[in-house]
Amino acid sequence: MNVALPVPALSVEAVSHSYGARRALHDVSLTVPQARFTALLGLNGAGKTTLFSLVTRLFQTQQGSISVLGHKVAREPGAALRLLGVVFQARTLDLDLSVMNNLLYHAALHGIGGREARARAGTVLAEAGLADRAREPARLLSGGQMRRVEIARALLHRPRLLVLDEPTVGLDVASRAAILRHVRGLVRERGVAVLWATHLLDEIGTSDDVVVLHQGRVLACGTGGEVVAASGAADLRAAFTRLTGGEPAEAA
Amino acid sequence: MTAQRTVPPDGFTLGQFLICLRGIVWREALRFVQQRERFVSALVRPLVWLFIFAAGFRQILGVSIIPPYHTYVLYEEYVTPGLIAMIQLFNGMQSSLSMVYDREMGNMRMLLVSPFPRWFLLVAKLLASTAVSIVQVYVFLAIAWAWGIEPPPLGLLTVLPALALSGFMLGALGMLLSSAIRQLENFAGVMNFVIFPMFFASSALYPLWLVRQSSPVVYAICRLNPFTYAIELIRFALYGEVDWPSLAVVTVMTLLLTAGAILAYDPALGLIARRGGG
Repeated sequence: MNVALPVPALSVEAVSHSYGARRALHDVSLTVPQARFTALLGLNGAGKTTLFSLVTRLFQTQQGSISVLGHKVAREPGAALRLLGVVFQARTLDLDLSVMNNLLYHAALHGIGGREARARAGTVLAEAGLADRAREPARLLSGGQMRRVEIARALLHRPRLLVLDEPTVGLDVASRAAILRHVRGLVRERGVAVLWATHLLDEIGTSDDVVVLHQGRVLACGTGGEVVAASGAADLRAAFTRLTGGEPAEAA
Repeated sequence: MTAQRTVPPDGFTLGQFLICLRGIVWREALRFVQQRERFVSALVRPLVWLFIFAAGFRQILGVSIIPPYHTYVLYEEYVTPGLIAMIQLFNGMQSSLSMVYDREMGNMRMLLVSPFPRWFLLVAKLLASTAVSIVQVYVFLAIAWAWGIEPPPLGLLTVLPALALSGFMLGALGMLLSSAIRQLENFAGVMNFVIFPMFFASSALYPLWLVRQSSPVVYAICRLNPFTYAIELIRFALYGEVDWPSLAVVTVMTLLLTAGAILAYDPALGLIARRGGG
């Protein structure tokens, strides 16, 4: 089933980025195939958030190029952003507004209004198992529920690529597992491509695609199994430690 | 799911632009209604000036007949357009505060990952904040009316376009500043270095001919302050007249500040990138 499709969902080619003198990304290339779960593994400060800022066009790529399903973010931002769903690391729900209003606002930002917006919002909320919370202010939700709403919101405009920046940080074990399961389900059942940034090794399976990012450079990529085999280590944790030459990533 | 290159229709329809605009305005309005303290403080501020400051100054400061007034006016009446502009000034700066706050919280990022053109998103945001400021102004005018400040009824209508323009100008100023403000605390700096100087070095509290008599330097500063022109535009409009020089200045400033804000948020120029991380 995992036939490589010709146009990757996300293609990052030779991207470098600096904040003044500090270089955050150095010649980073990676691809996220369609309908695959790809983990971006890196410690805090590896450059994951910078990469997300470039993919979501918060600022322009200084060197190299980034494409979403063949649409260059720099040249066709509208087309690229339309196919992209984003869950940022920071909480981005409007806590004063109800869950439903948060979703309707997002729908409007994608040009979806009226009955269509309500129908879609109802559907994604039901899928997230939060249909009964629609009218509550977002601030009453738990951390895990907020994340689920954010994922639901990111799916509202039916993107083909979903990027999530450390989506499970700060959540309890059960919520983490539930969110990971939900997102993997999206890949399997809907063919959504996912880029999942994390520093938690236990979230990555051997058949997942993995990109190891360390200090702004890509150290390894391939399936989890391939990365382990190439490094000659026993498991992903040992492989990661060997690759980065440092402390192992923490895993809850 | 074997699509080759997924091609969404190019661009958006006009209807979709309107949906997006409506969504942004509607969210701003909802937030405003929900944050009741913000509404109350937005009203209390000018009302304190009107009820207390102006009452105290009434005896000290006599305002002679200057256009657009045809008779002697009470100080309360003179100061009202300045207080209206102050409401809009605070609203514009507060929107900028909320943008900094939003950015910390990530709401601004949600706005910026919308596939609509970024200039449109920012202009929509400015329209939303202007609309909210106009609502505040009319509530203030209603209370002022009860206090005995009664501009010509038609003036309440003719002031609307002036309010729209001045609100937009001050919102754009706030947006431009928000791209430069790094932290929430810096709003105190905005108060000290933007709001207070703009308010006091203007025709809000005293007519400029009076300022000129006491200090030509301060007078010159007041003449250079775009806020003065916003006030005068509102003042004349409130009496059904157009002050053309003010209209010209406010229009030009609105265009410049809006262009500046759009440039500041342009990813290619990366002014917001300089703060790093984001």
